[in-house]
Amino acid sequence: MVLTSLKTNRELYDLSAVPLWIREGVTVEHYELLLRRSPFVTWLRNSMVVSVVTTCITVTAAVPGAYAIARMSFPGQGALSLAVFLGYLVPPTLLFVPLAQVVAALGLMDRLWALVVTYPTFTVPFSTWLLTGYLKGIPRELEESAQVDGASRVRALVSVVLPVAAPGVVTVVLFSFTLAWGHMIYALAFVSRSAQKVLPVGLLTELVRGDVFYWGALMAGAVVSALPILLLYGLFRRGFVAGLTAGATKL
Amino acid sequence: MVGPVGLVVFGLIAYPLFSALYMSLTDKAIGAAGSFVGLGNFAALLRDSIFLQALRNAALYTIVAVAIKAVAGLGLAVALAALGERAAVLRALLLLPWVVPVSITALAWWWMFDPMFSVINWVLRAIGLQDAGIPWLADSTWARVAVILVNVWRGLPFFATVFLAGLLSIPREFYEAAETDGAGPVQSFVRVTLPLMRPILSLVVLYSTVMTVADFEIIYILTRGGPLNRTHLFATYAFQVGLEGTLIGRGAAIVLWMFPVLVVASYLTLRIVRRGEEYG
Repeated sequence: MVLTSLKTNRELYDLSAVPLWIREGVTVEHYELLLRRSPFVTWLRNSMVVSVVTTCITVTAAVPGAYAIARMSFPGQGALSLAVFLGYLVPPTLLFVPLAQVVAALGLMDRLWALVVTYPTFTVPFSTWLLTGYLKGIPRELEESAQVDGASRVRALVSVVLPVAAPGVVTVVLFSFTLAWGHMIYALAFVSRSAQKVLPVGLLTELVRGDVFYWGALMAGAVVSALPILLLYGLFRRGFVAGLTAGATKL
Repeated sequence: MVGPVGLVVFGLIAYPLFSALYMSLTDKAIGAAGSFVGLGNFAALLRDSIFLQALRNAALYTIVAVAIKAVAGLGLAVALAALGERAAVLRALLLLPWVVPVSITALAWWWMFDPMFSVINWVLRAIGLQDAGIPWLADSTWARVAVILVNVWRGLPFFATVFLAGLLSIPREFYEAAETDGAGPVQSFVRVTLPLMRPILSLVVLYSTVMTVADFEIIYILTRGGPLNRTHLFATYAFQVGLEGTLIGRGAAIVLWMFPVLVVASYLTLRIVRRGEEYG
């Protein structure tokens, strides 16, 4: 299994090589086709926009939400906490049919914003749940002493709690971005105009025309799509592992 | 402060779930209002041979893939734990299939399963195992093997990494105590490791069961449910019927067949987590 995983990832980089090495010199023609004669750059930009905006929405929703669940008491707190946890377990594929209705009702069909509205359904519950656990692990005394020193609750959150919780927030950012970047079913279901497509969908639907497969360009596209994620992973490996094991280590 | 989270959880998850429930009881099509048909969609599905095929596919796909991931994941975790820090690089590389979105890596697999240029067949030929080449995605049995293979490849790092974290959290003393009592490695694995790992094992298996039964990307990219609908799962069939075929009420009914799996898995997960006294 490890071997296969290694081989596959190397395969991603071994572009036109048949099968395991490059025999006839390196070529950039696939990349040229991709950049010049397909809407690849547009898809890349769309993917960037959707992933970045989704991540921002996720953090804005998850940080205060998680803080409230972890620290405050309000009516319905238990129910909300439970709902967040259950929401995390709901797979996106269970929701795409009814969400298509929601998107249509909002008049967002075939627009990039449809994705920005629906992607939080799989990023927010996970992020809130992870951050709640993280915040519960931070001693309450820390912010209480800040409040004793005269800081308001919001100020205590921003200037005392958040810096300590920074690794949790970084994990949430990484996960939201990665999930949004690679997500496919909503993108496939809600957007069909070429200019509004995101990377995975664009590659799959437009670099295969009938029986003609632009394999070289398709693989080049896959490499470029994987790069930002690999880069993030290289920089923040700990964050990924932390997010991955978040559910398990708490038990 | 809880407004945004509440909006997402109730407005974009709970509400659509209920509206799916209602939609599944209508004969709604895209662009048409649809009228109430009761359990008509569900009844029609039970007479739909493609749906019944998808039902069987989903059971096979989920059970086989989750079982392989759980057993191999545990084995891999034990191996990595034994190697300790020496395997740091290996651990980092191991995560790659899981980190890079499957919608991207499945494209690479698609190419590797290509009938003409399959790298896998080339390797099999090179080492003399298989001369004719395997018709990976064209043959219904091999196509099932292929999609399960990719699912395992993708999910195994998740299993192994979480199990590894679990293994490393077991205090050394337990093993030392078992050793003093005369337990061999196998015995201490069965008597110490497995019982202590049970909550983590169950949680990961439950979560993965839900996500595997709801899989979409791998199937859609590699086979679109073919050949002969032998690889269709709920999501891909619902996508075909509900969106491509515009029978949105019927599509909602198809995905709702996954709902019981979700309910049972959620219930069991909550029970385990509650016993650990924390879920958030």
